[in-house]
Amino acid sequence: MMIKAYRFIKARDYLMRAVFMLCAAFSILALACICVFLFVSGIPFIGRIGFSNFFGTTWHVDSQAYGILSMIVTSLYLTALATFIGVTTGLLTAICLFRFCPKRLIPSIRQMVNLLAGIPSVIYGLFGLIIIVPFLRDYVSPNSIGFGLLAASLVVSIMILPTIVSVSLDALNAVPRSYYEGSLALGATSEQSVFKVVVPAARSGILAAVVLAIGRAIGETMAVIMVIGNSPVMPHGLFQSVRTMTANIALGAKELGGDAATALVSTGVVLFIFTLLLNISFNLLRGGEKREKKRTQKTDT
Amino acid sequence: MKKNAHKRQILKFAVLKNITRAALLVSLIALVSVVAFILIRGLPHINMQLLFGEYTSRSPSLLPAITGTLYIIVISILIAAPIGIGSAIYLTEYTNSKSRLIRIVRIAVETLAGIPSIVYGIFGYLVFVVALGFRYSLIGGGMTLAIMILPVIVRSTEESLLAVPLALREGSFALGSSKVRTIFSVVLPCAASGIVTSLILAIGRVISESAALLMTIGMVVNKVPENFASPGTSLALNVYYFGSHGYPEEAAATAVVLLVLVMSINILATALGKFFGKGELAHG
Amino acid sequence: MDSKFNITVRNCDLYYSEFQALKDVNMDIDEHEVTAFIGPSGCGKSTFIKTLNRMNDLIEDCRITGEIIIGEQDIYEKGTDVTMLRKNVGMVFQKPNPFPMTIYDNIAFAPRTFGIKKKAELDEVVERSLRQAGLWDEVRDRLRKNAMGLSGGQQQRLCIARALAAEPKILLMDEPTSALDPISTGKIEELMIELKKEYTIIIVTHNMQQATRISDKTAFFLLGEVIEYATTQELFSNPKDKRTESYITGRFG
Repeated sequence: MMIKAYRFIKARDYLMRAVFMLCAAFSILALACICVFLFVSGIPFIGRIGFSNFFGTTWHVDSQAYGILSMIVTSLYLTALATFIGVTTGLLTAICLFRFCPKRLIPSIRQMVNLLAGIPSVIYGLFGLIIIVPFLRDYVSPNSIGFGLLAASLVVSIMILPTIVSVSLDALNAVPRSYYEGSLALGATSEQSVFKVVVPAARSGILAAVVLAIGRAIGETMAVIMVIGNSPVMPHGLFQSVRTMTANIALGAKELGGDAATALVSTGVVLFIFTLLLNISFNLLRGGEKREKKRTQKTDT
Repeated sequence: MKKNAHKRQILKFAVLKNITRAALLVSLIALVSVVAFILIRGLPHINMQLLFGEYTSRSPSLLPAITGTLYIIVISILIAAPIGIGSAIYLTEYTNSKSRLIRIVRIAVETLAGIPSIVYGIFGYLVFVVALGFRYSLIGGGMTLAIMILPVIVRSTEESLLAVPLALREGSFALGSSKVRTIFSVVLPCAASGIVTSLILAIGRVISESAALLMTIGMVVNKVPENFASPGTSLALNVYYFGSHGYPEEAAATAVVLLVLVMSINILATALGKFFGKGELAHG
Repeated sequence: MDSKFNITVRNCDLYYSEFQALKDVNMDIDEHEVTAFIGPSGCGKSTFIKTLNRMNDLIEDCRITGEIIIGEQDIYEKGTDVTMLRKNVGMVFQKPNPFPMTIYDNIAFAPRTFGIKKKAELDEVVERSLRQAGLWDEVRDRLRKNAMGLSGGQQQRLCIARALAAEPKILLMDEPTSALDPISTGKIEELMIELKKEYTIIIVTHNMQQATRISDKTAFFLLGEVIEYATTQELFSNPKDKRTESYITGRFG
């Protein structure tokens, strides 16, 4: 029997281990590069043009006014509204799918929801542009403007709906059946058991769905850019052309140069910091919950 | 008195139940109408000229976008697949070393997954378009997307690797196999279907992406790219371009093409997952 | 290569981080014997069998001291060729773990690891190993079928054949029949008696009848210590230690 030298095998093991390690390290490197490139070109700019200019309310490139406050506010409004609509509808839908709908419908609905989760955001944007905006303009809007926060929020909430339904349904299904049955055994109705026992027990999974929704809503670009109007002004109503941070970046990308282009990068830095804060707070929340679970388990035994 | 309160309780929850049913109905109507309206508006405008014809401003064509999309898929998968699978192998197969590195990698992957695509776009713009001097190019866009889909590939590959029973690894080691042979001859073949599914889903993400490409490939809609260093466009970008530049019919038709493409990719991935899931490890 | 493959264990201690799983184990195992390890769950018998082919390397925070010598080689010495060790010391697990590939590829796995590529040679190894494991007649027509399609008992014999294809000198079996029905168990016991002519066999078992049926020597483990190690007959008919006696008479376990 021919036997490969052990040293060769060992060396190959070490080599491949190093290769895999480099692959893994690539993610760290990529993240570090993103941070460095963004911060290095974005933050000094804020210092140079002045904090009050950058966080001011006027964006007027020709007169060197790069205030993005109105966009930050718009982004936050949009996120709040879209998340509220999306999460409410999505969570209620998931609860219905969990227990209050004919069993034989569930697999096909689930499959459909999963498929819809993969639809590109531009398609939602286009849907908003050719259906929702004209509809709002003709039937809802008091000032005959369809573009604006409401159109964008509706589009984004439809877009994030499949994800929310999917994630919160998983969370509900992950609750041990014995909780539900235990509640029934105490004389509660099926509805009471679901709303008072199962839903609270699934709250960490539902929280994950909410965070996912917030993340997608604040970061969404294409679907928003097509329906929100894109005027860099403070939002005062639901039917008014406004601009989010994401839209600001995307719109300027091809046209602006010099300082204005850097201002876009700085806008990106602000957006990036928002998403980082979101992730960090979610992880802290989840970490805290995990630790708590561990502790209760320990006291159990 | 008490009985009444109880009844009211029960009634309240029965009403809630019906509200959830209404929500389901609303969700389904909303989602179905997205697909339906896109199809209704777009299908009549699909024809050979639109799909593969010569681009003129009076009758635009998707040929540049189709070519560009293919380039970007190839570039991003070629880069992200080996790195992503390699990372997943390191994260699952080398946990014995329980190093701090693994924890940091996990945090990095999680964070990358949460970054909005427009931020990737800025990054791609700063690095590939400006710093490396590629200017607007398909390769820059493909590389940007490679980083963007990396977390997707890492996570789902990790899941398929974790699904391979530990007993198989033990069996392989007990026969005198090295770590490398165990990984390549036992673990990866067992996880192959899951990995392929994850790559297909990653392709779906690439096809769907537009914001990151907007800032990196130049959105040149009227010229078929000559090679991977040319600027170009993609199907998803074309939907935006047509939609916002006064071609609503073409936008809807492009959206139909995109929709069909993405749907078939997702169906393919699901079917593949089911098919292999039944075949292989189910017995074990 | 024709060196002896007797096993000598001296002052072996093993720790999982803080927990001491083996305490001062000493043992001599001769070639061509069947040795059974018995004892209640968690007594260290499975841990000990895994030290003999260094499978515990896979476990984090596992520390071992003392000497384990197979032939002339201290297997925990630095620079030990672990792949050769595992080739010489084969192992069969509690639950059958065939690879999800064809029967043929399962058996050919180890020979391929050690560089055999020619089809004729591989064919020969496959047939010989399957015959040794008493499985050849049952599977000769479906060597190219997936091994997951075999019954549990067949899968376990396939795993034995797979281990034999590496041409080991010692065969470690960690409760090889605990997941099987009585008929498959009988077949595997017959097989072990057959195999002992050529191999040294060490088996961990929960089943004391099984130990008496097939083993020449038996070691009784309790809380990480070897309480008693003697010929099977002596240990079961005339145990020296009170604890052995209460265990084999079924007073705890």
